[in-house]
Amino acid sequence: MIRFLLKGLLRDKSRSLIPLIVVTIGVMLAVFAHGYINGIMVDMIEQTAKLTTGHVKVMTKAYADNIDQVPNDLAIMNVNEIKEELEETFPDMKWAIRIKFGGLIDVPDENGETKSQGPAMGIGMDLLSGNSVEAQRLNLQKTLVRGSVPAAPGEILISEDFSQKLKVNPGEEVTLIGSTMNGGMAIFNFRVAGTLRFGNTGLDRGSVIADLKDVQAALDMNNAAGEILGFFKYGYYDDETAAPVIAKFNEDFADNKGDFDPVMLRLRDQEGLNLFVDLAKSMGSIIIIVFMVAMSLVLWNAGLLGGLRRYGEIGIRLAIGEEKGHVYRTMLSESLMIGIAGTIVGTAIGLGLSWLMQTYGLDISEFTKNATTAVMMPNVIKSRITHADFYIGFIPGVLSTLLGTMLSGVGIYKRETAQLFKELEA
Amino acid sequence: MKKLFFIPIIFLSLGVSAQSADEIIDRVDRNMSSDNRVFESTMTIHGRRSSRTMTSKSYSVGDKKSFTEYLSPAREQGTKMLKLENQLWIYSPSTDRIIQISGHMLRQSVMGSDLSYEDMMEDRKLTEVYNAEVAGSEEFDKRQCWVLELTAKVEDVAYARRKMWIDKERYIPLKEELYAKSGQLLKRSILSNVERVEGRWFPTTIVYKDMLKQGDGTEFKITGIKFDQEIPDYIFTKAALKQ
Repeated sequence: MIRFLLKGLLRDKSRSLIPLIVVTIGVMLAVFAHGYINGIMVDMIEQTAKLTTGHVKVMTKAYADNIDQVPNDLAIMNVNEIKEELEETFPDMKWAIRIKFGGLIDVPDENGETKSQGPAMGIGMDLLSGNSVEAQRLNLQKTLVRGSVPAAPGEILISEDFSQKLKVNPGEEVTLIGSTMNGGMAIFNFRVAGTLRFGNTGLDRGSVIADLKDVQAALDMNNAAGEILGFFKYGYYDDETAAPVIAKFNEDFADNKGDFDPVMLRLRDQEGLNLFVDLAKSMGSIIIIVFMVAMSLVLWNAGLLGGLRRYGEIGIRLAIGEEKGHVYRTMLSESLMIGIAGTIVGTAIGLGLSWLMQTYGLDISEFTKNATTAVMMPNVIKSRITHADFYIGFIPGVLSTLLGTMLSGVGIYKRETAQLFKELEA
Repeated sequence: MKKLFFIPIIFLSLGVSAQSADEIIDRVDRNMSSDNRVFESTMTIHGRRSSRTMTSKSYSVGDKKSFTEYLSPAREQGTKMLKLENQLWIYSPSTDRIIQISGHMLRQSVMGSDLSYEDMMEDRKLTEVYNAEVAGSEEFDKRQCWVLELTAKVEDVAYARRKMWIDKERYIPLKEELYAKSGQLLKRSILSNVERVEGRWFPTTIVYKDMLKQGDGTEFKITGIKFDQEIPDYIFTKAALKQ
């Protein structure tokens, strides 16, 4: 029976070609869109992870409770030892010590008095020790607008917009005024090494990046830091990978539950990212539904047209005694075959396009150069092929062909046997 | 007829109350304000992890000029602050910079304490800035006090409303609550160790608590104070900051 139907489909191209093209294009778009949107969302999550949240983050409990205030007086003490311990316990992860701080950046005039100043948020990270990958992690070299990445102690990076507002250029001196971790006044001179653009409105308004040791000296935080960020060595953030890390950490580190004991938070538990992570996860379902509805409508229409064209054929089949149900089922079987064939072809093409997009990406840095957005956007947009891309097309591809045929094939049951011969004579 | 009889009494009592409140804050001003003064103080900031004490020497003339030099601890030693009118400069010896503090930075904490730069700069007489009303009487710290409600009559004031507990005998505030325009309690201060200094009562210990901040507050102790001293004019210049 299957061979018979297959022969019919192959010999009568008008019966199979349009539905096959529709399914192929639809599935190709669905697979490509899934990989593309997944890529963008994952990249945005990864950008945020690299800059602020890590895949997991270790802080003191008191610091985590007041994290919005960046309370460095509640920072982790003996941070180097804790980092070493983390490296031993989780050898598959990379750890980075960070200090976030707020303060005022003051630019002196020729007499050393205030020429201009503005509030800033800063990050202290390891830029100068030989084995650090922090500069590469944040792609600092590529985001530079003027000057260079800090290469010596006492150098600082400042956001381009902020530097223009303060009228300060690379090579000039600025003073950071903030609070030490003991609550004292922190006043520290830096030389501007370069300016950079984050592509994020808030960060571009007033951000600075300096070497960890300089920030520790400025804020009187010897061997102390607000945060230790953890990154999965292989792959991207996902809840399933983070769960055993959190469990192991709680088992080994946070047994006292005191205010200054370390706690670990996953990326999704920080900065309201849970919604974004969930949205990224449900992107597959959203795309399946959208494409299934769209393709069903098109295939329903194609089925109706096919039904009109095959009006005579179905009439003869009914007239010679074939049951309506049997005719309906054979048409569904034909659709199933077209759906599977179209899905295989569409998935293959979609995966091919996604692979190109994943390998080469789309460089949008020229478009975002002068634009500022509310979210962290990567410079190169890339697709991300996941195992879901290999089967995601089958759901809209097969279901929509079946649904389209089921809707259009209802007409078979409306044919009246008594009228068939009259219709055929005509 | 009875109603008509009560109306003048109500107006009379309101008038007496307003006049009394003005008299009270005027007498408070006479105790707390002076033409000039020189004092040494310690400021202990009680954080969640530890406490920190710093000492300083301050000079002030009226409510327009003041100069403070931090004497200890080592990290803050030599840091100086100069206030002229409504401008504030800080000198840090480690950077050899004179930095002007302005705008929203004035609301930041001074040395991590519960006091803001704005609090430090506000030295105007209460009568110039607030309308007062007596809200009642209460005992506080075993002293009979008037409870005064103060409402700002000028725009450029850090706290739109204050509530003060004034010692009825010595005309010294013993407790103060500072509110934002929205009605939110921002700061509370408790004044104690009231001493007779050069013919006036003066509280020598003040515990400030920023209600929006964690920690046990900041204890400010005056270890020595002299009023109506001759203070050389050069003290209140930017040149003095670097000396």
